[in-house]
Amino acid sequence: MAGRLEVRKTYKLYIGGAFPRSESGRSYPVLGRKGEVLARPARASRKDLRDAVRAARAAWLGWWEATPYQRGQVLYRVAELMEGRRDQFARELEALGSPDPEREVAASIDRWVWFAGWSDKVHHVLGTVNPVAAPYFNFTVPEPTGVVGVVAPEEPALLGLVSRLAPVIVSGNTAVVLASERKPLPAVTLAEVLATSDVPPGVVNVLTGYKRELVPWLASHMDVNALDLTGVPEHLVPEVEAAAATNVKRTVRDGTVDWFDEAAQSPYAITAFMEMKTVWHPMGV
Amino acid sequence: MSERPDQRGPERGGAEAPRAPQGGPQGGLERREAEAAREGGGRRIEAREARLLHRAGPWEYAPAPEARDIVTIRPRYGLFIGGEFVEPRSGRFFETINPATEEKLAEVAEAGPEDVDLAVRAAREAWERYWRDLPGRERAKYVFRIARALQERSREFAVLESLDGGKPIKESRDVDLPLAAAHFFYYAGWADKLEYAFPGRRPRPLGVAGQVIPWNFPLLMAAWKLAPALATGNTCVLKPAETTPLTALLLAEVIQEADLPPGVVNIVTGAGETGAAVVRHPGVDKVAFTGSTEVGKLIQRTVAGTGKRLTLELGGKAANIVFEDAPLDQAIEGIVNGIFFNQGHVCCAGSRLFVQESVFEPLLAKLKDRLQTLRVGDPLDKNTDIGAINSRQQLEKIQDLVASGIEEGAEIYQPDCPLPERGFWFRPTLFTGVSQSHRIAREEIFGPVLSILTFRTPEEAVEKANNTAYGLSAGVWTEKGSRILWMARRLRAGVVWANTYNRFDPSSPFGGYKESGFGREGGLHGLEPYLELTPDGARR
Amino acid sequence: MTTQPAGMAKPEAPLAEAGAAFSPASAAALVVRTGGVDAVGLEERAASLARRSIKREAKLWALDLAIRCMDLTTLEGMDTPGKVVQLCAKAVRPDPTDPSIPSVAAVVVYPNLVPVAAGQLRGTGVRVASVAGAFPSGLAPLEARLAEVREAVRMGAQEVDIVLNRSAFLAGRYRQAFEEIQASKEACGPAHLKVILEVGELGSYDQVRRAALLAMAAGADFVKTSTGKIGVGATLPAALCMMEAVRDFFLETGRRVGVKVAGGIRQSKQAVQYLVLLYETLGGEWMTPERFRIGASTLLNDVLMQIAKERTGAYQGPDYFTLD
Repeated sequence: MAGRLEVRKTYKLYIGGAFPRSESGRSYPVLGRKGEVLARPARASRKDLRDAVRAARAAWLGWWEATPYQRGQVLYRVAELMEGRRDQFARELEALGSPDPEREVAASIDRWVWFAGWSDKVHHVLGTVNPVAAPYFNFTVPEPTGVVGVVAPEEPALLGLVSRLAPVIVSGNTAVVLASERKPLPAVTLAEVLATSDVPPGVVNVLTGYKRELVPWLASHMDVNALDLTGVPEHLVPEVEAAAATNVKRTVRDGTVDWFDEAAQSPYAITAFMEMKTVWHPMGV
Repeated sequence: MSERPDQRGPERGGAEAPRAPQGGPQGGLERREAEAAREGGGRRIEAREARLLHRAGPWEYAPAPEARDIVTIRPRYGLFIGGEFVEPRSGRFFETINPATEEKLAEVAEAGPEDVDLAVRAAREAWERYWRDLPGRERAKYVFRIARALQERSREFAVLESLDGGKPIKESRDVDLPLAAAHFFYYAGWADKLEYAFPGRRPRPLGVAGQVIPWNFPLLMAAWKLAPALATGNTCVLKPAETTPLTALLLAEVIQEADLPPGVVNIVTGAGETGAAVVRHPGVDKVAFTGSTEVGKLIQRTVAGTGKRLTLELGGKAANIVFEDAPLDQAIEGIVNGIFFNQGHVCCAGSRLFVQESVFEPLLAKLKDRLQTLRVGDPLDKNTDIGAINSRQQLEKIQDLVASGIEEGAEIYQPDCPLPERGFWFRPTLFTGVSQSHRIAREEIFGPVLSILTFRTPEEAVEKANNTAYGLSAGVWTEKGSRILWMARRLRAGVVWANTYNRFDPSSPFGGYKESGFGREGGLHGLEPYLELTPDGARR
Repeated sequence: MTTQPAGMAKPEAPLAEAGAAFSPASAAALVVRTGGVDAVGLEERAASLARRSIKREAKLWALDLAIRCMDLTTLEGMDTPGKVVQLCAKAVRPDPTDPSIPSVAAVVVYPNLVPVAAGQLRGTGVRVASVAGAFPSGLAPLEARLAEVREAVRMGAQEVDIVLNRSAFLAGRYRQAFEEIQASKEACGPAHLKVILEVGELGSYDQVRRAALLAMAAGADFVKTSTGKIGVGATLPAALCMMEAVRDFFLETGRRVGVKVAGGIRQSKQAVQYLVLLYETLGGEWMTPERFRIGASTLLNDVLMQIAKERTGAYQGPDYFTLD
């Protein structure tokens, strides 16, 4: 391909199914393994975050009301389309200096498949019929909590994000993702996959930018139901957990060390973002 | 085909009373006073027979045949053993026909004992060499591939299913195929999650599963058998029914294209003898059978003492119970769907309708009217509601039981619809005045024949519903939730549908009580029959 | 058990004498078994009927009937005499190049434009219909609503479309809603009364069924799904629910009430789906403009395009059909 100049990609935000730049007009440099500027993705503002939460809330009911089977197929479709973009993901991870790009991409795809399968099984395993001592039929069923803020781990940028995002949305939650700050490029490419893989607009919204700027707004937002703090910098955690109390957000921090290990995936990562609903109904003629 | 069932003039049907004059609103009022008083606290109800909906003309639906050329049927099919189609050692072939036309569709190999032995050996080898030790997440991917391939080729499968089995294309297209694909999709997801289904136990596959399936849902039953077996790490020898082998053989093609290791799935076609050879084979670790109670008992005896694991999904004579407060128009649809879905060739068909006496008359009037709109004929016509009876043998069985119903004194009603001249057909049929002792209230007819009985109280409904050797399914129609749950608890049946009927889902277990068999297919409970649960606490 | 309107449930409740077509006794009888409606089952049935495949001559027959049953409608604040004149021309002669295309059933306008429509349609067989009774909300004083009905009829309306008083109905004042329809029927005199239930505001199929039975018992000649003025118009399950109520009302009283679907019906395919619902629920006797109407404005051209497609075999473009 001598003589041909590469066409470079603009890394944008993903909000409500569209790819806008930040309303602030800002971007920030992302550096490669040798310190070179690889790209300048959007540096999202708190107003972008507000828009993303609004989009997530608007998408929530439709996504929850999709059948678990439909959601399972949609997540599986994400895996199918990622498979077709393995090289692109691997190149991005490589440029960003990730240690084992191809293995990370393969593990990310398999993780989508693993969580896709849970869509119609988490109820079997963690729902219950409760044998109360009275003539009532009583059961407990897990339901999605609503809009979830997902602060993705910095490392591994792709596998960490997929491992935290898939369990949030498989049950019917919608998500506002803050991507890895230093390595946001695969998150934007993942957004492009999501945009073309039957995931309804607004179910996943991806913001790139500085976590210290965005996380406090996410934590105090009154229309966010839960937070995954796995990727929140250690020193910010107490402040963020306190801010979450304003509307009693559920907060989760995953302690995974080895994201490649199968122990990094669990149905409890799904139910952490679900509410348990118990229903009583009389039995009698 | 596609003659409309109601080309016979304005009357409601041959067995109906002559139409009363369409007089003013007062017509027949006095005559009905007594009944009205009983039903409505003194309010008046007029005779429904006095008012009839004209079901004739003026509209004729034109034929709307699904294109047949989407399917290529080979003149001859071998056996699918070790990943390839092979000639049968038996040297024998049998014909499979289109029951709607009696035309021959193909010749299909008949597997003899030697062929079955080869299939079981292939399955054993595949199990020991690859399948047993393949990580669950990789097994899952194979099964997902089958699910996706079925979705991609769904119309082709649907047309073939209707050609070979006689079921209406709208059912093969909208029910059989989506459910079959969903079943593979669902169980694919379990392959790498088994430890969560059986906490504290170590789930391990059994080995080779010998699976014998019926002709009423040929592909769907193959999916119900293969999907959980493969997901749990077993290999399979599947024996389809002799009248409907073609979609299973097309599924073999899908399995080839999905690159499943050779021998993981083997398909041996043939009749009862072939099935018996599969069941008897000492290399089979698990037997799964769906079919008649009679054959199920034979299989249970054959397997006795061999240590093979067994599940049986057998016959039924389900009660569909309608209370006076039911949503009547939806109940009518549920009754029709319950007994006429798939020509009544459904083990869980709602073949005994129990109606609370206070609502019997209006319900019967609505039901008879609804029967007038059913379209019987060409299975490939998209507007056909009732297709062909699967085989001459089955048609004769239905005719015999219907004759017994008339002899024993029940009153028959059939809409006067024209039937095609060739092929196997039976009109949708109602019997009223049926008592519990009649053969048509006790024996499984497996055809479009409904026996209607009445009851007065919930206790009586339960008692009559349970008064059978079967226990596969039941239906309850009432607006009152607490009564649904009360009934569901007392009905001795493996599936209870409330305000619906004949609903299926891969996540929902299915199977019978009593002589309807044992074991469950579908859902979490559908895994256990294919697993050894060792008391080893270790997770992996 | 039963969910009969409270005002009509008590046998001693005085029911005003309704139209001559049926007696108060039979009107009361109809509420005996109003029953419930199971939404899931109803929607499944509607969806399964919508999947009927209507081809060739059956389709042409249906499209012809769809035109004959069409209430060509304009209900805008910007309606002018000029607009109504053009609409009437289209109603009488939907396709000027093809005399085999029938006229529509009626033209529907606001009361002030009734004289224009009446002048244009005299002698054509196309009927003049008017909305009245504080359409689309119905929330004006009863006397004003009745006066509007009378005035529309006086100016030449042969059919009047009024709305059910949802404010009364949803507040449980069934008797008021019932009596207002009775009074409107009386105000109509010789004109036909269509009662719009506005199914998108009723909240459940149980309520749709109840409202349909109430309107029929109060004397409606037609029950109609929607005004077309809110987000939700006619839906297949709501229409099926109403047709089943019409069927039960007929079986109880012997009186045949018409069904009008309106609101969001823009494509031939939808029109054919409603005809299938009608045919398989109520039978051939309802397949006539006397008992079935489709209220629409843009549907007509789509039907004309489909007829041309069936006849020529080529898919059509909108430039070849007049916009009126």
